[in-house]
Amino acid sequence: MIRVVLPAHLRALAHIDGEVTLDVAEPVTQSSVLDALEDQYPMLAGTIRDRDSGRRRAFVRFFACEQDLSHDGPDEPLPPPVASGDEPYLIVGAMAGG
Amino acid sequence: MGGVRVLVGTRKGAFILTSDDKRIDWHVNGPHFPGWEMYHLKASPADPDRIYASQSSGWFGQVMQRSDDGGASWQPIGNDFAYNGDPGTHQWYDGTLRPWEFTRIWHLEPSPTDPDTVYAGAQDAALFRSTDAGQTWQELAGLRAGALPAGWQPGAGGLCLHTIMLDPQDPQRMFVAISAAGTFRSDDGGQTWRPKNAGLLSDGIPNPDAEVGHCVHHIARHPSRPDVLFMQKHWDVMRSDDAGDSWQEISGNLPTDFGFAIDVHAHEPETLYVVPITSDSHHFVMDGKLRVYRSRTGGNDWQALTEGLPQENCYVNVLRDAMSVDTLDACGIYFGTSGGQVYCSPDSGDTWTAIVRDLPPVLSVEVQTLP
Repeated sequence: MIRVVLPAHLRALAHIDGEVTLDVAEPVTQSSVLDALEDQYPMLAGTIRDRDSGRRRAFVRFFACEQDLSHDGPDEPLPPPVASGDEPYLIVGAMAGG
Repeated sequence: MGGVRVLVGTRKGAFILTSDDKRIDWHVNGPHFPGWEMYHLKASPADPDRIYASQSSGWFGQVMQRSDDGGASWQPIGNDFAYNGDPGTHQWYDGTLRPWEFTRIWHLEPSPTDPDTVYAGAQDAALFRSTDAGQTWQELAGLRAGALPAGWQPGAGGLCLHTIMLDPQDPQRMFVAISAAGTFRSDDGGQTWRPKNAGLLSDGIPNPDAEVGHCVHHIARHPSRPDVLFMQKHWDVMRSDDAGDSWQEISGNLPTDFGFAIDVHAHEPETLYVVPITSDSHHFVMDGKLRVYRSRTGGNDWQALTEGLPQENCYVNVLRDAMSVDTLDACGIYFGTSGGQVYCSPDSGDTWTAIVRDLPPVLSVEVQTLP
């Protein structure tokens, strides 16, 4: 099971409390995780990545295992601790303000 | 039930204000969608409990919501706004061509007769329609394909389609307005469009009387006279008596004719309301005084309405979709400000009270007169 942590606004939109768990077939990638997430919660489509291009929205970041994975390719394998469910995949709204 | 329901969109959520027909005691419900920009909420005239809402965020983009119980509960609906075919390009500020790209929905206009049909005005400017209660959206692409000239470029406020007016008597006729472009009319249900800006004069564009390029801020009309239109342009208040074929200025004795909001009394088709704003470089009211101006003569002769409104140290703005009227016998006028106040006048503008004073900046105000 893949564990995903969403930002508060998207948890509210999808009526989610806490982490999301997803069944994702190998290889576990950013694309396959987001595909599974949007299948389970269709209202999240378009809020994390562009519907047409699949590009990450500019102020959304992807973190895991204390790394910023935001600029990794959508089809690159995620770190093994994410694929094994030991570590969550963090979808983060970028901090703004001063 | 009776009374009124006021739908307020703000920079940080939506609020629903309700009262009986006296409009003195108010119940404030919200925030709905806290933290999100709520550009517009509007209910179906055919089903008052159906409300459509545009919810957006710089982080997470556009979400659409629908309520089927008067705002007690909401469900996300379709948010796939795909431009028809190749989206094409428009000129950008640096002279380069830039692809049309969807950002957000500024305005929602439900059909007067079918609760499942609703129109949406988008940035980058386009008109979308849903006929399945917002589950799916289709662009009426004839507007972009036929009405905007080559070389045209958006204004600094964004390339937005912000006004949609459906004709209550003729389902084939509709109007839209686009920032820094102008007014457009369709007589065939939205398939083809023509600019309707003859008579508008604008500084700040190369040709002051160009067919397209005028920064129309808002248009209003009385439902009994669909061919009589009233416009708040960037500068100038205008009217048309021939469905937009020609326009005449009616700014008259207004202290400034810059502004955003304009609306028409529910029972007096020649009674208009505007909120003059100092200038396009000072987006706040003049002289620290919040004044609504009313004309009972279809324009030109305007009277300041001040009773109950702050008359010193007030520096708020009132945006284009932030004024509305109810249809009770004593017509109520409503508007919201950038300072978070929502004012109500239950007597056609003679006196005003603040329903709420400390909301986030108000983007839109729509009122429903409940059966």
